[in-house]
Amino acid sequence: MHHEILIGGFGGQGILFLGRVLATAGMIEGYEVSWFPSYGPEMRGGTASCTVIISEEEIGATVTDHPDICIVMNEPSFNRFSPLVKEGGLLVVNSSLIRENCSRQDIDILEVPANELAGKEVGVAETTNMVILGALIARKPVVSFSAAEKALEKILTGKKANLLSVNFKALEVGKSFEKKGGVVSVSKRSDE
Amino acid sequence: MERILMKGNEALAEAAIQAGCRFYFGYPITPQTEISEYLSRRLPEVGGVFLQAESEIAAINMVYGAASTGVRVMTSSSGPGISLKQEGISYLASAELPCVIVNMSRGGPGLGNIQPAQSDYFQATRGGGHGDYRTLVLAPSSVQELVSLTHRAFYLADKYRNPVKILGDGMLGQMMEPVTWEAVELPSLPPKNWAIKGKNEGERKFILCMELDPRELENFNRKLERKYQQMAEEDSAWEIFGEEDNPDLLLVGFGTVARILKSVVREGKKEGWRLSLIRPITLFPFPYNEVQEMAQKAGKVLVVEMNLGQMVEDVKLGVEGKAPVHFYGRVGGMIPTVDEILQKIADILRGEGRK
Amino acid sequence: MRTIFERPKTLINKPFTYCPGCHHGLAQRLIAEVIDELDIAGKTIGVGPVGCSVYIYEFFDLDFVMGAHGRAPAVATGIKRSLPDRIVFSYQGDGDIAAIGTAEIVHCANRGELITSFFINNAVFGMTGGQMAPTTLPGQKTTTSPLGRNTEVQGFPFKLGEMLARAEGSAYIARVALTNPRLIGQAKRCIKKAFLTQIEKKGFALVEILSPCPTNWGMTPPEAVQWVEEKMIPYFPLGEIKVKEDSSHAS
Repeated sequence: MHHEILIGGFGGQGILFLGRVLATAGMIEGYEVSWFPSYGPEMRGGTASCTVIISEEEIGATVTDHPDICIVMNEPSFNRFSPLVKEGGLLVVNSSLIRENCSRQDIDILEVPANELAGKEVGVAETTNMVILGALIARKPVVSFSAAEKALEKILTGKKANLLSVNFKALEVGKSFEKKGGVVSVSKRSDE
Repeated sequence: MERILMKGNEALAEAAIQAGCRFYFGYPITPQTEISEYLSRRLPEVGGVFLQAESEIAAINMVYGAASTGVRVMTSSSGPGISLKQEGISYLASAELPCVIVNMSRGGPGLGNIQPAQSDYFQATRGGGHGDYRTLVLAPSSVQELVSLTHRAFYLADKYRNPVKILGDGMLGQMMEPVTWEAVELPSLPPKNWAIKGKNEGERKFILCMELDPRELENFNRKLERKYQQMAEEDSAWEIFGEEDNPDLLLVGFGTVARILKSVVREGKKEGWRLSLIRPITLFPFPYNEVQEMAQKAGKVLVVEMNLGQMVEDVKLGVEGKAPVHFYGRVGGMIPTVDEILQKIADILRGEGRK
Repeated sequence: MRTIFERPKTLINKPFTYCPGCHHGLAQRLIAEVIDELDIAGKTIGVGPVGCSVYIYEFFDLDFVMGAHGRAPAVATGIKRSLPDRIVFSYQGDGDIAAIGTAEIVHCANRGELITSFFINNAVFGMTGGQMAPTTLPGQKTTTSPLGRNTEVQGFPFKLGEMLARAEGSAYIARVALTNPRLIGQAKRCIKKAFLTQIEKKGFALVEILSPCPTNWGMTPPEAVQWVEEKMIPYFPLGEIKVKEDSSHAS
């Protein structure tokens, strides 16, 4: 078990938080994990990305050339990162903000209208990151749902604990969106 | 033992507190500012002092003052700030004052950038300031090791009455990994009878950094030399990873690069290559003998660094010409990738690699 | 028989090594007398400078720390923060405190650091042989201003005391000279107040002491004393520049 997960988007979309929930969940499951953010001089509004590695063995490089899972939350990161995804890997696309279609035939593509789902079904626009995470885990269980929920409980403590229920709900919305499969456009998988 | 996901800078700061550090003087600079921020919150909780100085120069001299009184004290910065501290570090070495100095280094020279780099290797391992002195240099490679080596840094500083540097980089400072907080046991140390506390505590004492008589100053320099030799004999540290006995090639790297080289060793196995890695944990003292021993076993050496080739000079000093030493470096805050290094190894093993 | 004059207990029985006519020895004696009178020698730590008084630790029966050029206020800060119940004083010359160490003394004063600072102003770099200092007077000849300090080129003599008085954290700033018995008496009272300012936790204290340097000024000791009175004092007026009475420091 070894996953290299790259997450990209705008600053403010909760990219680093998403990565942290994923890494914490991996740790809770007993794996080795690492979380490495892009860090730049901008404080707000710039691009943000981070790499999360979840593995059974000691983690070497904390950055990756070929992620097997990639989450892109906006067009610049779609353009930059979608070509990097390893053959047979998974690309999760925030289709609310990314109009382009990925032409790659050798990877699994999961399109999630995360902004719409967060706004309409969760009712909190800021939860796009957890909607995406819920959908990702439903498609590919790199960590379990309960680990993701426990991770949120570890991270959102004190004054932030009141945000737990809405984040749980967002995970659930993402999960059921993927399970229903209704509006998911899936390209040919390499294994089919 | 519970594992806690922590950022490198914060884990280091907490480890300093666990190691008994109660005094911190610093100045903000990316990518290490979380150390200051964490300690500004935590030190008052444990009865310590956090003071943001007006400059790196003031900060290191506050460290000098506090260290004179025998307390455990730390400062941290990154490349440009460490350059400013060098005057003070030379004085600390001269006055034989223990302290811990952290460099979460970044791309240079000049203001450079804030991405990870290892271009301060020479500065760290060759003293850095004026005069004939060295500091111990510890090079952690994971967040857990930031914790264990911070404990060790305070211990070694007191053992040798000498400044100890922790040389990390922006990647180690910014990344998160699980940490366990086990009790750290280190040998006990003699009381600091030399510390300045006011003469009511006994005979009057001085902390000095000058000796105008050249014979006396030579004696003092010889004393420092013996101290550095003792460090080499008792406290050099390294890790060997991968093939121990019959490697096709020896990789040498420290800190962040050593992690990447571990991935390279594993990927190389898939190519059918038997690769070995030696990771110096102490950069001063440098494990010259162990590098030579491993290099002779491998017959070929590749040094990878995030600079234009600095530690490679120490590797060559260790290898003494007994094996060809190749170099691969990325600079300016670029991080070498596993693929690039595998390509370089393929070239060397095919006999095409330039030394 | 009654002893009316003796060596302060805080001074080691060792002759000062300063040049004839230099006032470093006199200033240090006054500091030692005040330490005796306040009975604080056992808990007092001195921080020495780089310059003519680099050997200050040899003359005082006190714990002493020698710092880098100009950095004494930062070193003193480190000591005081780790041993807050000790009395910490620093002793610096004009090159040390008002040139290379300007940032350190300004921020030390502005933080209201509870230390007492002594500043010997003799208008030249003494130890290196009489170069121009930040306090060299307009027109004054030195080895690096051989035609006299030209303020259009080299700027103006630095009034550090007045500048530090503007800092919120400073509680006591005075300028004194030691050229006659009346002024010596005044100086000693100011030195005592500067220590008391620290003891009473009122804030940062500094006493600037105008001092002759006959060797580097190329004068006899009496001429140098006269030069302090006629040239230096008019530019660097004596007196208490700032006296903060309340101990609002401990906020």
